[in-house]
Amino acid sequence: MSGLDVRLKDAAFRFEDMRMHFDVLFPAGSLSAVMGPSGAGKSTLLNLIAGFEQPQSGKVLIGGEDMTTLAPARRPVSMIFQDNNLFAHLDVLTNTGLGLSPTGRLDGAQREQVRAALARTGLAGLERRKPAELSGGQRQRVAIARALLRDRPVMLLDEPFAALGPALRAEMLDLVAEIHASRGFTVIMVTHQPDDARAIAQRAVFIHDGQVRAAAPVSEFFAQAGTVPQLAAYLGQ
Amino acid sequence: MPTLRHTAASASASATWAALAFIAGAVLAAATGLIFLAPGGSAWSGTFTDPYVWRVARFTLWQAALSALLSILFAMPVAHALARRARFTGRTWLIRLLSLPLALPQLVAVMGILSLWGRHGWLARAAHFTGLPGLPGIYGLTGILLAHVFFNMPLAARILTAALERIPGEYWRLAAQLAMPRAAIWRHIAWPAMARVIPGAALLIFMLCATSFTVVLILGGGPAATTLEVAIYQALRFDFDPPRAMALSLLQVLVTTAVFFILRRFTRAPDVTASLEAPHAHPAGNDPAARLADTFWIGLAAIFTAAPLAAIAAAGLTPDLVPLLASPALHGALLASLILAAAAAALTLILSWALLQSLRLRDPSFAAMGDLAASLILVIPPVVLGAGWFIILHRAGQEATLAPVLVATINALMSLPFAWRILRPPFEEAQARYGRLCAALDITGLARLRLVDWPMLRRPLGLAAALSLALSIGDLGAIALFGSESFRTLPWLLYQKLGSYRTDEAAGLALILLVFILALMALAEALGGQSRRNTP
Repeated sequence: MSGLDVRLKDAAFRFEDMRMHFDVLFPAGSLSAVMGPSGAGKSTLLNLIAGFEQPQSGKVLIGGEDMTTLAPARRPVSMIFQDNNLFAHLDVLTNTGLGLSPTGRLDGAQREQVRAALARTGLAGLERRKPAELSGGQRQRVAIARALLRDRPVMLLDEPFAALGPALRAEMLDLVAEIHASRGFTVIMVTHQPDDARAIAQRAVFIHDGQVRAAAPVSEFFAQAGTVPQLAAYLGQ
Repeated sequence: MPTLRHTAASASASATWAALAFIAGAVLAAATGLIFLAPGGSAWSGTFTDPYVWRVARFTLWQAALSALLSILFAMPVAHALARRARFTGRTWLIRLLSLPLALPQLVAVMGILSLWGRHGWLARAAHFTGLPGLPGIYGLTGILLAHVFFNMPLAARILTAALERIPGEYWRLAAQLAMPRAAIWRHIAWPAMARVIPGAALLIFMLCATSFTVVLILGGGPAATTLEVAIYQALRFDFDPPRAMALSLLQVLVTTAVFFILRRFTRAPDVTASLEAPHAHPAGNDPAARLADTFWIGLAAIFTAAPLAAIAAAGLTPDLVPLLASPALHGALLASLILAAAAAALTLILSWALLQSLRLRDPSFAAMGDLAASLILVIPPVVLGAGWFIILHRAGQEATLAPVLVATINALMSLPFAWRILRPPFEEAQARYGRLCAALDITGLARLRLVDWPMLRRPLGLAAALSLALSIGDLGAIALFGSESFRTLPWLLYQKLGSYRTDEAAGLALILLVFILALMALAEALGGQSRRNTP
C-alpha cells in the first residue's frame, strides 16, 4: 500500500489560551520533518491528523477524503509516541500483535506475521520480553513493528527518538527511511534536530506559535531562515 | 561551633523523647490495667476457651472481609466511570461528596442510614405507601455492611480513580487508534492499573472495619453480630468482666497488628509511569452504551452517598428541633464537646510537632520511631486503650475526675496519624530547603519557628487542627467508656436519646453534629486548598 496525501485545511484549534491555525499539505508518499520550539503546536498538529483532537473549524483531509470527525481507529493512520507506546505488563509479542487484533488474541498465522514484523525491525528472539526488559531503542522498534503490521498509509512519529543517544538515533532514522522506501507510507516526523531532517526527510515544515511558517523541500528549507526570522532564531542562526 | 548545633539537636531530641514517653506511658498504663489489674482473682485463662470470645473474633473478621469486598466491588465501576468521564458538570461536587463519608462521624452516618433504611425510615415508609413488601431488618450484618460500604466505597473509589488517572494518556490513545473493544480495554488497561492498588485498598478497608466501633454498637444485633471492640465495651460497662475484656483486647491487638504490618508492606511508593502528555478525555469511551453505563454508576454512587445525609436533614428538621436547641442538656453537652475537642486538637498538634522534631536529627531509626508512635493508635485501638484505663480508674475510684482528661487524650491519639500524614511532607520540605541555611546562620528554637516553620506550616497546621476537631467532636468510642450523667458530650447525649427511643431528638442532635462537621470540613478544605497552592 502506498501513501496518501495529508491536508489540513484552515484547521483551527484552541487549547486554553493557545490559538492554533494550520493550513498545510503533506504530499502522498513523502517523508516530512516537522520542527519548531516547544509548545508551538507540533504535537497538536499530529493529534489533529490522528484524530485524538478535532479542530473547532476547518478540515482534515487524508487522501482527499474528509476525516475531520472520524474516530482515530477509522483513520488510515498509525502514530508512534515519544513514550508509553507499549503496555508495560504485556510482552513484546502481545504488544505488537495488538496491531493485528485489538483484543490481543492471535491465531497461529497472525503469530507468524508478528514474528516476521519483529524480525524485520531487528527484534527476533525478544518476543517474550516485557517492555521494562528492553532498551529505549528496542521499545520504539516494537512500536514501529506494530505500525508495520497495521499497514496504514500514514505514519506519524512524535519525537520518537528524542531520548536516544546519537548512534542509536541514527540507526532508528535509517529504519524509518527504509520502511518509508519499501512501503511508500506518508511519514510525518516531529523532531527537534535539524540533522534528522537533513539525514532522511524530503520535506521540512516549521511551526511557530500555532502556525506553519515555512514548508518546503529540505534542499530549500534551510535557506528560508533568511526570510523567516523565527526560523533563524529557532536554528540559532 | 559544634556546641551550638549540638544544643539545637538535643532540643529536638528531647522534644521527641517527651512525646514518645507520653504516648508510651499512655499505652503501657493501659496494658498494665488490662494485664495485671484485670484478672481480679479469677483465672482469665478460661476466657480464651470461651466460645463467645471466638465467635466475636470470627464475626469481626468476617464482617470486615465482606465490607472490604463489597466496597471494592461497588467502587470499581464507579472509579472506571469517573476516570473515563474526565469532564462533566458537577464532577468536582461529586468528588467532594465522595470525600465526605470518611470525615463524617460514624454516629452521624449511622443516624442517616437509620433514617433512610431503618424500620421507620424513608424507604420503609415509601414501601408501605406504595404497597411494596418491606425491607429486610437493618439491625445485624445487613446494617453493618451497609454502613461500612457507605464509608468505604467512596474511599475505594478515590484510590481506584487515582490509579486509573495515573495511566499514561498514550494508552487511551493507542486503544482508540487500535480500535480495542471494551473488554480488551478493561483487560489490558483499566484492570491492571486497578489490580495494583486493590490489595492495599482492601486491607485498609478491612483494617478500618475490623476496628469500627460505633457502627457495630448501634447497628449490631446482639451477641450474634458483635465485634471485638463492642464486646470489650460491653464486657466493661454492662457485665464488668475485666478478664473477658482483656482476652478480647488481646485478640483485637493481634488482629490490628497483623493487618497493620501487612498494610505497611503494601503501601510502597506507587508505580508512576512518567507521561509527557497531559491527562485527556478518553476517546475510547464515547459510544452510547459506555455513556449509559457510566451515567448509571456515577448516579448510583451519588445517590447512595447523598441520600443518608439528606435523610438526616429531613429527620432532624422537625418542630422538636426548637425545644431541643433550647434545652440545657444540649448546651452542657455542646460545651463539653467543644472544650474536649479543643483540648484534643491542641494535644494532637503538640504531640505531632514534638514527633516531627525527630526528622531533624537525620537519624533514620529515630524518625522511624516517631512514625510508629504517630500510628500506634491504629494498632492499639481507642477502645482497647480506654479499657485499660477504665480498669485502672475503676480500681482507684477516680472515674469522675480523670475521665475528661482521658477522653481528650484518646481523641488526640486518634487524630495523630492523620495530623502526622498532613504535617510530615511540608515539614520535610521546610527542612530540606532551609535546614542547612538555618544551621549555618544558627537560627534555632523560637526564631526558627517564627522565621521558617510557621510561615511554611501554618496552613497544614490549621488543616490538621480542623480535622482533629472534627474527629474529636464526633467521636463516640472514648466517651462510651467514660461518659456518665455528669459527663456528657454531644455524641454521648445522642447515643442516650437513641437508647431511650427518642429518635426525633437523636436525629436533631445528628443534624447539629453534621452542621458542625460540615463547617469544619469547609474550613479544612479552604486551608488545604490554599496550602496546595502555596507549595510549588
